[in-house]
Amino acid sequence: MPQHRPAPNDNPWAASDEEPIVRVENVTKTFGNTYAVDDISLNIHRGEFFSLLGASGCGKTTLLRMLGGFETPTSGRIFIDGQDVTHVPPYERPINMMFQSYALFPHMTVAQNIAFGLKQDRMPSLHIRERVSEMMALVQIEKLANRKPHQLSGGQRQRVALARALAKHPKILLLDEPLGALDKKLREQTQFELVNIQERLGITFIVVTHDQEEAMTMSSRIALMHEGRIEQVDTPRRMYEFPISRYAAGFIGSVNLFHGHVVEHNNDMVLIRSDEAGADLLVHHSQPLLSGMEITVAVRPEKIIVREQRNDEPNHLHGVIQEIAYLGDVSIYHIELASGKRVQFTQSNVQALAEQPLTWGQEVALSWNPYSCGVLSQ
Amino acid sequence: MMSRLSWPTALRVPGRVWVIGAPWFWLALFFILPFLFVLKISLSEAVLAQPPYLDWVREVEDGMVLIQLNFGNYLMLWEDSLYLAALWGSFKVAAISTLICLLIGYPMAYAIALAPNHWRMPLLMLIILPFWTSFLIRVYAWMGILKDNGLINQVLMGMGLISEPLQILHTPVAVYIGVVYSYLPFLVLPLYATLIRLDNTLLEAAADLGCRPWKQFLTITLPQSVPGILAGSMLVFIPVMGEFVIPDLLGGPDTLMIGKLMWTEFFSNKDWPLASALASVLLVVLIIPFVLMRHYEQKTADNLG
Repeated sequence: MPQHRPAPNDNPWAASDEEPIVRVENVTKTFGNTYAVDDISLNIHRGEFFSLLGASGCGKTTLLRMLGGFETPTSGRIFIDGQDVTHVPPYERPINMMFQSYALFPHMTVAQNIAFGLKQDRMPSLHIRERVSEMMALVQIEKLANRKPHQLSGGQRQRVALARALAKHPKILLLDEPLGALDKKLREQTQFELVNIQERLGITFIVVTHDQEEAMTMSSRIALMHEGRIEQVDTPRRMYEFPISRYAAGFIGSVNLFHGHVVEHNNDMVLIRSDEAGADLLVHHSQPLLSGMEITVAVRPEKIIVREQRNDEPNHLHGVIQEIAYLGDVSIYHIELASGKRVQFTQSNVQALAEQPLTWGQEVALSWNPYSCGVLSQ
Repeated sequence: MMSRLSWPTALRVPGRVWVIGAPWFWLALFFILPFLFVLKISLSEAVLAQPPYLDWVREVEDGMVLIQLNFGNYLMLWEDSLYLAALWGSFKVAAISTLICLLIGYPMAYAIALAPNHWRMPLLMLIILPFWTSFLIRVYAWMGILKDNGLINQVLMGMGLISEPLQILHTPVAVYIGVVYSYLPFLVLPLYATLIRLDNTLLEAAADLGCRPWKQFLTITLPQSVPGILAGSMLVFIPVMGEFVIPDLLGGPDTLMIGKLMWTEFFSNKDWPLASALASVLLVVLIIPFVLMRHYEQKTADNLG
């Protein structure tokens, strides 16, 4: 997955003592008897590209709409740049939003759409014209100034919506599924463009998306949401490598989970006995764990290596290849263990035609590094 | 083996022709044909006979046909100020009533469109309900309400606000009340249909860009509801132009409207040609706003893709 930032080992925002630009405090939103957002607290820092990620109905859009002022929290408070905005209407917030449907005004031209927000501020028309052409240049739609929205393609509309939302130089830009309506090719291209624009302008972006790949590509941090709560907030890399729950591990990428119990824990290494795996598992983990505790080990498919010989050391499994999926760049293999448990692993197809390719029914030995897996307690 | 009965190929018509043909046939039979009769009568001369006009195509003697067109009726409409005044009177009543209907009807339609789902149907029913009573009866009911010892005057006198009954019935005010009351639903319904379709996220987007609620209405809702305003206004303006019952029952002797005049020419003066000329002129006058609206609709349809 492409990474546009130097990947820090630690969360650079964890240590920041600067006032966060968005502070969400114990916010709950109910619709009738359903909790759309359930007691969420969250800090977002200046200049972040922050993603709210989750399946549909997880409450991410409701949270975004509360930041925009379109919904009022049932309880809790929202601070923007230190100011309590919980009950401030949208038209008084230093925030702009790019809507999922783009919500371009159909009776106005592209230039009029972009100028709309500036006119509300009674900016002198000379400045408006300047700002509008600046924005159109930023998203490369100079030639479309006099078109009406219905005369634009989907990708062009998306750009107009972005330009309109950025025109007022908001402190924060909210983006609701910004790339959702674009086709795959255009989406990938636009991801990088969005990141470039964000870095150039230094505006804090908060993006709602259900697409894990999109969140991984663009974000400085991701908040994974599930049933109105935040499952985990982390950098894309930490989110992938060290998910804290089974839900988080399964939502982003694929994962093999082995249930077992702790045998011993010393020197930051946990030894886990798993009947499912048919072997002992060794995991690097610095938090203390009690012996006998039920636990799950998570191993990503690409971390698994194929061994020539059987070996009875920890982290060595044996099984038979059941399925092979050739995807071009990688192949996915499904291995059935003696316990009946299926394990998935991937291998890059380094050679065009490997001499001894793995084949159906073949017995293989698998292993992985104790530093390349994690334990999940929830 | 039995062959299926079917039309010979030459006589078979595609279904499309039927679909388009049916309304055209209806229009031709019940609108264009009668109008041609009216047009024909308008070009003839009035006589004391049965029917009370002289056909302008007539056989004089052994195969000789005389065609004698009479444009005098149209000239008369132009020369006698009464008819232009009536046309102007109708226009004034229609225009002002349309405006009043808009001022009352727009908030009504907007309120219904904004109302919670389960409220919308009952509110729409309240708009439609009066149609279940005859139009004529409802106008007569207004006579009862507006007359000197009617409901309004009794209430006002009962409250001590006036000591003498107000003369409302048989005044222009009564005509406006009757017209606005009768035609309001025709404006509310198409306007509601337009407003309910408007995308609410456009208002959110406007609010997000710093637009306050009242200005959101002016810059987003109002411009986008123009098609509904036009459709509703036409539905009020056009029939009110030719309205006869309301000015006749609620208006006074000084209420000069073209519908009433036409009735007088047809039935009191027995001047069918003149009345027909009047009807033809009215039709032409009414086609103008209609064509303008069609033009605008085409433009907005293009605009919305």
